Amino acid sequence: MGKTLFDKVWDAHVVDSIENGPQILYIDKHLIHEVTSPQAFNELRDRDISIFRPNQIVATADHNTPTENQHLPVKDELSRNQLTQLSENCKANGITLYELGHKYNGIVHVMAPELGVTQPGMTMVCGDSHTSTHGAFGTIAFGIGTSQVAQVFASQCLLLTKPKSLRVTVNGKLKNGVLPKDVILYIISKLGTNSGTGYFCEYAGDVFENMSMEGRMTVCNMSIEMGARGGMIAPDETTYNYIKGREFAPKGDAFDQKVAYWKTLPTDKDAQFDKEYTFDAEDIEPMITYGTNPGMGIKISEFIPTKTDASFKKSLEYMDFEAGESLINTPINYVFIGSCTNSRIEDFRVAANYIKGKQKADNVTAWLVPGSKQVETQIIDEGLKTVFEDAGFKLRQPGCSACLAMNDDKIPQGEYCVSTSNRNFEGRQGQGARTILASPLVAAATAVAGKIVDITKTIETLETV
Amino acid sequence: MEKFTTLTSKAIPLDIANVDTDQIIPARFLKATDKKGFGDNVFRDWRFNKDNSENPTFILNNSDYNGSILVAGDNFGCGSSREHAAWALVGYGFKVIVSSFFADIFKGNALNNGLLPVQVSEVFLAELMTIIQKNPETKLNVNLQLQVIGIEGSISEHFDIDPYKKTCLINGYDDIDYLLSKKELIEAFETTRSY
Ligand code: SF4
Repeated sequence: MGKTLFDKVWDAHVVDSIENGPQILYIDKHLIHEVTSPQAFNELRDRDISIFRPNQIVATADHNTPTENQHLPVKDELSRNQLTQLSENCKANGITLYELGHKYNGIVHVMAPELGVTQPGMTMVCGDSHTSTHGAFGTIAFGIGTSQVAQVFASQCLLLTKPKSLRVTVNGKLKNGVLPKDVILYIISKLGTNSGTGYFCEYAGDVFENMSMEGRMTVCNMSIEMGARGGMIAPDETTYNYIKGREFAPKGDAFDQKVAYWKTLPTDKDAQFDKEYTFDAEDIEPMITYGTNPGMGIKISEFIPTKTDASFKKSLEYMDFEAGESLINTPINYVFIGSCTNSRIEDFRVAANYIKGKQKADNVTAWLVPGSKQVETQIIDEGLKTVFEDAGFKLRQPGCSACLAMNDDKIPQGEYCVSTSNRNFEGRQGQGARTILASPLVAAATAVAGKIVDITKTIETLETV
Repeated sequence: MEKFTTLTSKAIPLDIANVDTDQIIPARFLKATDKKGFGDNVFRDWRFNKDNSENPTFILNNSDYNGSILVAGDNFGCGSSREHAAWALVGYGFKVIVSSFFADIFKGNALNNGLLPVQVSEVFLAELMTIIQKNPETKLNVNLQLQVIGIEGSISEHFDIDPYKKTCLINGYDDIDYLLSKKELIEAFETTRSY
């Protein structure tokens, strides 16, 4: 029987198997950031264990950083302390760190792919659940807890039971204005937030084949929101072209050899998956969420469903929405375009393309936050910053920003925020804040209108980007 | 890590599904660089009102209920990978979490901190929840060796656990100890790797 992409990469990294137990899986690259690493460094220090392979670790500061005045010392003492500890830990252990202000600094899942750290066929981990993003390259990439960060520090390995395999196929042609974010929000709204638990997911079909690397990253990023440990897309010409020439990409002959290997990775025709789902691209429309988990999504033109369970009611109560109502025309005062889901250059191109020649609504506070220093530079170089500023928007500096209510960028109590991030949990963007997940296009349209608008009405006339 | 064999305790019924790790410990409390003190802020935004007064309707503030077992709704621990959630639950005094479903990363994090996630059937969970809600004095028995959870003279159910993890918990070992004992094997593997 043939093997899946996931099987091929996993099996190539098994060091040993414990009888009736987990396997020892070798990890090629380990990404770390300031929030989930300090306790792991302490653990090793306390147990007098040294870091086994420091040159396979790359660090960045992203979660707990301000997105304004990054040249000044960080104001909040606890945050500053976390950042200092990261710098000290990296220095003491010879780990590459792109700290605040560095030209390669950025959100961990934006920074690593754009530097070519992420490559097909690798195993990658990070103490962050959205590590699934890197699966866009045909990489086994998943989030781990801090105890596991310590395990990888100590041994470059993890003890794991091999997950089951799941394939989601989407075929057909996406409608104009339907973005990768809509595709994944649609999938999760259909499958629910724990359909993927215990599985690694492969996305297949021509929708993903025709998607850019950045779009694939948006999709794989949210695999965790349906419970899957990770998502993967088979590497192809789009993947090789994206990697070629990047800082840490193999060069010359070494690159060609790697490509030859990468070509062997896609799932064999006769491979079997434990579970399969299929969707039609034509059924997907711009999506928004109305509740407090990412599975509570509807097409923007649809009505909130009516359900009777307690969790559903609690959720609508928190959001202050009624079952059966439409979200069109709901006034919105906050818009966030950013996070590791949608903070890459294509996301800002989509937003700028819509915003160009229009004005931000007066009631809206909009945060446009690039995912990395490199994206920030691209935005400026391509003239998008001017487009945003002409329309009354301000561009902030890179970081996780309003995605998680940890740094200064928080949405106030009771306010709605149309956000391109990945989680709409209670309080995720600030205590009492109400998050509505959407694509960068829907977010841009909301920022201009000051309320949710039915973008499908204007989609036909939109230029495709 | 602390050893775990058996536990008999009263339990707290948290009848909410999809409890995510942002609820267990909100991000603004993740700025510490050690593992201590998170228990004070477990379920912070459910336990306390915005003005820091206690929310009397939240189950952890109901003095009728106490114990080191949390019985929670389906899909417990989804969302962020933050191990701080496990530290917060352990810090508050929980030793066992019962649910009909646990998110992967949370489950691993709990096990790595000696916190036992006991996955039971939906039917059993519903019965358990009702019994505890009706009588806060109900005592639950958890036996890891036999993999059984139940109430004496009443309902009980077998639960599954990875045999390797079971051995670790019973003996108080952790994965680092095991992995370090395999260093030679790992180094030999490295000579064959391609990245
Ligand atoms: S942007 Fe949000 S989801 Fe992504 S790494 Fe940062 S906090 Fe996590």
